[in-house]
Amino acid sequence: MFDYQFLIEVLVGGLLSGVMYSLVAIGFVLIYKTSGVLNFAQGAMLLFAALTFVSLVERGTPFALALLATLAIMVLLGITIERTVLRPLINQPPITLFMATLGLSYVIEGAAQLLWGTQVHGLEIGVSDIPFDIGGVFISRFDLFAAGVAGSLVALFTLFFRYTRTGLAFRAVADDQFAALAVGLRLPRVWAAVWTAAGIVALVAGLLWGARLGVQFSLSLVVLKALPVLVLGGFDSITGAIVGGLLIGAIEKLAEVYVGPFFGGGIEAWAAYVVALALLLVRPSGLFGQKLVERV
Amino acid sequence: MTTFRQAKLARRLTMGAVLALGLATSLPALTSPARADEQFFPLQSYRVGPYAAGGTGFFGGFIDYLNLVNIRDGGVNGVKLTWDEGETQYEVERGVEVYERLKSRPGVAAWNPLSVGIAYAMIDRISKDKVPLITINHGRTDSTDGRVFPYVFPLLLNPYSETSGIVNYIAAREGGPEKLKGKKLVVLYHGSPYGKETIPIYKLLADKYGFELEQIEVPHPGNEQQSQWLSIRRAKADYVVLRGWGVMNPVALKTAQKVGFPVDHIIGNVWSNSEEDVIPAGDAAKGYVAITTQASGAEYPVLQEVIKTVYGAGKGNLDDKKRIGSVYHNLGIVNGILNVEAVRIAQEKFGKRTLTGDEVRWGFEHLQLDPARVEALGAKGLFHSINVTWDNHEGNGRVTFQQWDGAKWKVVSDWISPDWAALRPIIEKSSTAYAQEHGIKIRTSGDDPVGQ
Repeated sequence: MFDYQFLIEVLVGGLLSGVMYSLVAIGFVLIYKTSGVLNFAQGAMLLFAALTFVSLVERGTPFALALLATLAIMVLLGITIERTVLRPLINQPPITLFMATLGLSYVIEGAAQLLWGTQVHGLEIGVSDIPFDIGGVFISRFDLFAAGVAGSLVALFTLFFRYTRTGLAFRAVADDQFAALAVGLRLPRVWAAVWTAAGIVALVAGLLWGARLGVQFSLSLVVLKALPVLVLGGFDSITGAIVGGLLIGAIEKLAEVYVGPFFGGGIEAWAAYVVALALLLVRPSGLFGQKLVERV
Repeated sequence: MTTFRQAKLARRLTMGAVLALGLATSLPALTSPARADEQFFPLQSYRVGPYAAGGTGFFGGFIDYLNLVNIRDGGVNGVKLTWDEGETQYEVERGVEVYERLKSRPGVAAWNPLSVGIAYAMIDRISKDKVPLITINHGRTDSTDGRVFPYVFPLLLNPYSETSGIVNYIAAREGGPEKLKGKKLVVLYHGSPYGKETIPIYKLLADKYGFELEQIEVPHPGNEQQSQWLSIRRAKADYVVLRGWGVMNPVALKTAQKVGFPVDHIIGNVWSNSEEDVIPAGDAAKGYVAITTQASGAEYPVLQEVIKTVYGAGKGNLDDKKRIGSVYHNLGIVNGILNVEAVRIAQEKFGKRTLTGDEVRWGFEHLQLDPARVEALGAKGLFHSINVTWDNHEGNGRVTFQQWDGAKWKVVSDWISPDWAALRPIIEKSSTAYAQEHGIKIRTSGDDPVGQ
């Protein structure tokens, strides 16, 4: 007899894992929306943020102070990246900018290890991972907390984009860079702000992923989880990042449990990409991505 | 004109100064007396990148021991031990590049890459160059057969012995091998050739002892395991063997907690047994048990000597002294002991001088350290013994099991012997096939000529 309770458990687990993917994907979306750059360094920024935070805490800095200090460092990092890497590359083709972020990713990873060492760290953020047992279905407290954080982050960004001047500037630049420049918006300032925002997202994602995996080099590999989310949800939509994350999380878990045994297991890593690629064929801009219309 | 002459003179003077400086720096090399005997250890280390935590511990321990022998004894019978590191970041191409760069240095004793991928890529090269390749606790299982792999030494433990050791430990916990019948064992393995290597051996042992077996793959790198652990819970497993690597290990422990699987029924393999595997998992790791060939802790005399002599002289290799006595550091120390003793044994036959790689190979093929010799080396309790012969390159290492108490590992078993007799025919079958495939003449005695 089919075990529906187990199906629900797998599905819920997948959706909650998907929220974690969304957190990483949001960082990508912010940068892509305003500059058209796929920021490959997002994973490295996440590692840098988590490693900085945990190293400060281990050196005796109080939790709140370490959080503030890391936040300040991430803001500084965002501004530095804009000044030293992006500003000199304004008006260069997207592939040049992409390659720049690829290089940046290695620089940040190297700098993080140079600065804070190569040791693996545990990270406790005060949220227990003992599961709730709801009618035999185990639901992770930590994943629920992460979902709450992701939801709050999306709500904050939505309010920010709608109701603040900087948010409006973001949207204007995202819509049309040249038009934004023509009406007097300062592109470098907007980019610095958006990289700072991506740094803050990296900090939040870094702390949650760090608490889940431990703070170690492989944190930077979580970007691989965000890529199918972006393809599915669209590269320029925060809503897409959330929905895409949920879908990818659920699909990969269901595929692993119910389809995996027919292929010898271990399929979840590529099952997500199969779905993303299939969608790419019928809807290249993703489920929520903006369709590109060009006048010729 | 005067200015032109002055300029010409100045140019000549400058050139003369450069030449003189060049001669001055090159002359000592030409005129210095012959260098003292040295034995060189090329190190394909990884101190940055994803596996740096393990690399710094292992190579740190290895170097600490070499330093101890140099400072305390003046080398091995007066032969100074030297080393040089090349960074690989655990990448095969870089490992091979370091090999090509360092192989021509005089007096190469042995290679110790601590990487399955790099070791595989080096087998043909070291066989041609006639220098031993040490793959302590890892590497090709069939390289245990020295008849076919004269230069490769998976010292102390190969993957098949590890499998047998784990099953023997579970049997002991259950009250004997006959109690395994009807139990359910799940092997959660890393989705890589390393992870898959023991699949047939678990099947073999399941048939032998009558336990139910399920083997579940975790795709690399293993940072997401919700579905695997839900499947484990549904399977109602009695034990889970964790055959992990890197981030997969703490994630396994955390996810096990998330689905309510008891952590003391998870048994880690030899690459899931370090502090780096449990610390990131926090409380979820408390009670976790893992196999090891060397105990952790700094209470052993050899470790105390390292602290006093090497770190006391400011020559310790670890930046963080708290890591002295950690699993990877102690593995490096044991690896150092085995390398140095192989050189010492070879010197007894070939003379107290710099040895060739082939002579050191002979030393490894006679590396027999019984518990009394291990005690004399200050390593009683750190590891049990080793008995390498020309055809058994693993050397029948014993294993023990340790449990994480939230702060440190505590040994919870005696030294356990894997079922070597049962495993040997499978190893020979594989090595014979390798020999046929590569046109290797199988040795029939330790005196047979070796090399390609």
